[in-house]
Amino acid sequence: MTDNVWEYAPAPESREIANLKPNYRMFVGGEFVDGTGEPLKSVNPATEEVLAEVATAAPSDVDRAVAAARKAYDELWGRMPGAERAKYLFRIARLIQERSRELAVLESLDNGKPIKESRDVDIPTAAAHFFHHAGWADKLAYAGYGPEPRPVGVAGQVIPWNFPLLMAAWKIAPALACGNTLVLKPAETTPLTALVLAEILQQAELPPGVVNILPGAGDVGAQLVQHSGIDKVAFTGSTEVGKEIQRSLAGTGKRLTLELGGKAANVVFDDAPLDQAVEGIVNGIFFNQGHVCCAGSRLLVQESVADELLEKLRYRVSTLRLGDPLDKNTDVGAINSKAQLEKIRELTASGDAEGAERWTSPCPVPEKGFFFAPTVFSNVHQAMRIAREEIFGPVLSVLTFRTPTEAVTKANNTPYGLSAGVWTEKGSRIFWLAERMRAGVVWANTFNRFDPSAPFGGYQESGFGREGGRAGLEAYLDV
Amino acid sequence: MSDTRLAVAKTYKLFVGGAFPRSESGRSYPVTDRKGRFLANAAQASRKDVREAVAAARKAFAPWSGATAHNRGQVLYRVAEMLEARREEFVAEVTAAEGIPAKRAQVAVDAAIDRWVWYAGWTDKVATVLGAANPVSGPYFCFSVPEPTGVVGVLAPQSSALLGLVSVVAPVIATGNTCVVLASEERPLPAITLAEVLATSDVPGGVVNVLTGRTAELAPWLASHSDVNALDLAGAPGELRADLERSAADTVKRVLRAPVTEPDWARQPDISRLRAFLETKTVWHPTGI
Repeated sequence: MTDNVWEYAPAPESREIANLKPNYRMFVGGEFVDGTGEPLKSVNPATEEVLAEVATAAPSDVDRAVAAARKAYDELWGRMPGAERAKYLFRIARLIQERSRELAVLESLDNGKPIKESRDVDIPTAAAHFFHHAGWADKLAYAGYGPEPRPVGVAGQVIPWNFPLLMAAWKIAPALACGNTLVLKPAETTPLTALVLAEILQQAELPPGVVNILPGAGDVGAQLVQHSGIDKVAFTGSTEVGKEIQRSLAGTGKRLTLELGGKAANVVFDDAPLDQAVEGIVNGIFFNQGHVCCAGSRLLVQESVADELLEKLRYRVSTLRLGDPLDKNTDVGAINSKAQLEKIRELTASGDAEGAERWTSPCPVPEKGFFFAPTVFSNVHQAMRIAREEIFGPVLSVLTFRTPTEAVTKANNTPYGLSAGVWTEKGSRIFWLAERMRAGVVWANTFNRFDPSAPFGGYQESGFGREGGRAGLEAYLDV
Repeated sequence: MSDTRLAVAKTYKLFVGGAFPRSESGRSYPVTDRKGRFLANAAQASRKDVREAVAAARKAFAPWSGATAHNRGQVLYRVAEMLEARREEFVAEVTAAEGIPAKRAQVAVDAAIDRWVWYAGWTDKVATVLGAANPVSGPYFCFSVPEPTGVVGVLAPQSSALLGLVSVVAPVIATGNTCVVLASEERPLPAITLAEVLATSDVPGGVVNVLTGRTAELAPWLASHSDVNALDLAGAPGELRADLERSAADTVKRVLRAPVTEPDWARQPDISRLRAFLETKTVWHPTGI
């Protein structure tokens, strides 16, 4: 299946570009400071080597960071004219662009994602997010939330490890544009690019305390969101933790937005251009190793084309190149952590046990590092765990349907509701289906597209609130 | 003869799925005016009544949210028409329920009628105002539209028996949500009479379901019901609110919190109550030849 035609010479990006330092410190009140928590070691998931030691926050550090954010909000940022805030955000956007290569290599080292994705998606989209929101800062009166919408205050933000810098941008840019200050906690396994972003904030001369970054594990996140000095909490991560946060904020009056898990249906009709659909399916589930909350993890294929599509799909997946994230030819990188790899193994084992048919790409898998070969389960039924639970890995579950109504029923048969896909040549059917999908984003004849001007967020247990566009501003305005 | 004629008293029941059943529990409780005089017995709904009402609201959601915005506007306007026709009856009921002078009750009833008209006009403007064509970087057409959240559990205001109730129910259904309403515990009668208006205004059965009874008994069942998508705490007693929010978290419900004291419902609303029970859906499609 994989002929010599697919043999590529290695084309690795140099890891020197990442300017990796042996130690990284927290960012509080405009300065890098030692944390009083137990330092963590950030690991390169592709090699299992320690990349750097990173300071973490203890409760006293959380107090300090929240106090710094409050001071900056009260004394400066909360009353600064929008036009001035805007210029800081534009500066940040530019600095990210200027240091994009460094950030991309560092992101791939720390996260395990292919360099072509960090280079072409994560970093440019992060810069674009700042650039887009910069323009909002002095135009909030036109956003439809009243003539003079006010910021909420101090935000506590907790982000996941799948798009470390991009998620930081999604959280920081709208918060600052609307006049809030914040404390951000990057994920335990991927803190590095957020701390380089802190350097960028210094270079942009962002006033001290406006943004504070506290690395650490879940305990730091819990301390942050429960801190009495926080007015608003924004969380992106698992539905399980999201529910805990929502519970913990009950009765506090703190504002909350949640962007949680998903189990998106990607629906392929018999009239779809199958080769294009295959590209979209592959992008939908193997992009970023499937570590995507909106991944198209449930493929719903119309029965009449299921065999043909599966054959094409398996061939295409077998050509995906798994391996060194820094290699520019790599399509699928490393699983972010050992824990995540174990979760993927456990869930895929349940697929075997429940009678689904497993197919694994015959691609070579590196001996070292956390890797999982692209996997497609067919003969999947709705009751199986691999059809219901978020795997968050390069694993696709294939189900079939006969009628459009059945497709909608199966697609919506989930407590999640983050995204959905549809593939068909028939325009009216696209809109018919898009209207009925209970999901916050519907990709028609495409998948996994993101843009700062396009609101993103979930229905039901995929969370509430939006990020991006006019709708995303609501999360950071007192309206 | 009219001197001796005994008036026919109304039996106040629940409003579920377009019908007026008694509570399955067989319970009722006496409702009095502010001076303690008996007005009527109200049905005292049970947990099972809550579940029936949620099932009715869920069943009504697809057709109601799928109706055209123009159609929903017509239906809401029809509610105003029917309410106008029964204006005097509502003035008397609000006077009795709230213990306010008839003049003030009249102002409240008029405002309630006008509120239906206001929200009737919003049904086909929400998507224009809150939707967007997103100028994304790439060869895609991308748009966002507001969509109803689903089934909303509404704890109606405890004081304002009609105007408060209308102020929280109208924005919920204007955008295509359906709801289960717990009426004011001590002032439930105008809510049931409003249900009679809804039943004769082309509002499809199940779009609004009204339960009367003990808020502290019923609200937790509504807050923890996994087929309820959102919760409006307008009339939630202060001591229950945190618990209700905690229960709501089990299925990530959207929760609209309430101010400590009941707001002045006579104030002209903005669109925040419409926005509270809307989702934003973003749709992408490539452009090209």
